[in-house]
Amino acid sequence: MHPAFSVIFLTTLIGAGQGLFLALYTGQVYATFGVLGGEMPPVALYVTGSLLVALLMGLGLFASFFHLGRPERAWRAATKWRTSWLAREVIVLPAFSGIAVIWGALYYFGIDPVVLVAGAVSIHLSLVVGALATALAFLLYLCTGMIYAAIRFIQEWATPLTVVNYLLLGGASGFTLSAALAGSQDSGLVTFYAMWAVIITLIGFVTRMYSLRRNAKLKMKSSACTAIGVRHPKIKQISQGAMGGSFNTREFFHHQTPQFMRMIKTLFPIAVFVLPVALLVIGWGNGSVLLLALAFVVQYLGLLAERWFFFAQANHPQNIYYQAT
Amino acid sequence: MTQLALVIDLNVCVGCSACVTSCKEWNTSGESGGGMSDKNPYGKDPTGTFFNRVQTFEVGEYPKTETVHFPKSCLHCEDPPCVPVCPTGASYKRKEDGIVLVDYDKCIGCKYCSWACPYGAREIDEKQKVMKKCTLCVDRIYDMSLPESRRKPACVLACPTSARLFGDVHDPDSAVSVAINERGGYQLQPEWGTRPANHYLPRRKTKANVSDEALHRVDNPLKKEEQRAPVSSDLPTLDDFLF
Repeated sequence: MHPAFSVIFLTTLIGAGQGLFLALYTGQVYATFGVLGGEMPPVALYVTGSLLVALLMGLGLFASFFHLGRPERAWRAATKWRTSWLAREVIVLPAFSGIAVIWGALYYFGIDPVVLVAGAVSIHLSLVVGALATALAFLLYLCTGMIYAAIRFIQEWATPLTVVNYLLLGGASGFTLSAALAGSQDSGLVTFYAMWAVIITLIGFVTRMYSLRRNAKLKMKSSACTAIGVRHPKIKQISQGAMGGSFNTREFFHHQTPQFMRMIKTLFPIAVFVLPVALLVIGWGNGSVLLLALAFVVQYLGLLAERWFFFAQANHPQNIYYQAT
Repeated sequence: MTQLALVIDLNVCVGCSACVTSCKEWNTSGESGGGMSDKNPYGKDPTGTFFNRVQTFEVGEYPKTETVHFPKSCLHCEDPPCVPVCPTGASYKRKEDGIVLVDYDKCIGCKYCSWACPYGAREIDEKQKVMKKCTLCVDRIYDMSLPESRRKPACVLACPTSARLFGDVHDPDSAVSVAINERGGYQLQPEWGTRPANHYLPRRKTKANVSDEALHRVDNPLKKEEQRAPVSSDLPTLDDFLF
């Protein structure tokens, strides 16, 4: 497939945004149940964090419009949510962003009444709103992943690993960002965020490498024989019906050399997993916000390459009809 | 239930691309749809929107090769994977005749349907920025102002070798169903369960099956004359009796 930068930015930005919110909310849950000791809730962290979530989601949404031929009709994309994962994403994305902003606003305006007292633990309104946003964040990862995993004949994508990787890689970048953010605010949560960022990044490393291994071993179901219905082991295309290229040759081919593909395949795991983990551990050990922020920047750039590779690696069966390019 | 479709006879297709140009002509100069735009039509690297293309494949190894011309357009699948993925409902399959269509007024041009079509049948129109594909000339097959014999897709009417048949593949007595049954009509990429309505008729080897017996028949009356008694100078000839 041709990797479209609009979609690469959309998926990486909203993945990080969702991950950042999940990090903030986990911090809140830990604080509620006293895991972190009797610390006061870091309101400034929650407010700036949710603003950052809104910014990332907004930028992602903005990028997605560049993918559309008719962006003025984008509102229509919510109508077929019963059948289309894309329509579901279009609904869940603003719903999650909106509720995440409300969650931050509850802290900013200090409206946080206790809705339930269970023993020693008092459940605040923000905890309930946050739970809803968390559910939507997970749902959004599912929708984004399923957009690709649901296309059964793009075999590189048609696996539950696609959803798992969207969840883990988005989560990893979000937690890395939260570590940098907590570090910049001198919050005690930095240890906790950095630890989770390392753990999620490492699990993501395992699942992403597993999907690379799976895709390397894939056996294509379609062949030139089934594509044109001629039973012969030697079928060569000599004309594709257009001389100057067509939508089919532009949309479904990445037009890069195998060497370039191999280079990206080697570089992105270093940038997404190896370097961020090293930077997180060193930054955390030395209390360096700069290194924590660098970890996020490196990981995000790595994710751009990872997403580029995710699209470029997908071999669409229609390409069988365009072998003479 | 009706399922209109094309049946393409690969045995007689000569790859002249008359179906391609007639399709382009009809769908560009017609009143509906906004045409099929071109970019650089007379310059370097011409490109544009096409609903139908003829591709050419070489099957086998020299000297035993065969050239297969392969017209490719939307197959109007009975279970079209491009329809449920559409977020706006612009892509739909008509219940009454099974044609898969795009509502150009609803399409947002997200291209997701083109990803979800294993045949690469959908293209974005660079001018109108919406997805387009073969409509089976839905604007002419029901046009009552045309004589009945002309109520067919433009490509079918243009084909000089009658390689394109058009009809209802759900009606067992239609010409297309008979052709599929009698000549082993098949679907493309059956492994994905899309059940394309369009079928292709395979190549046939045309051989004259002439046996030795047919050439040298034992009961050939000509042979009777060949089985004459050997001529001998001792025997009297007819002339002997006359003189």
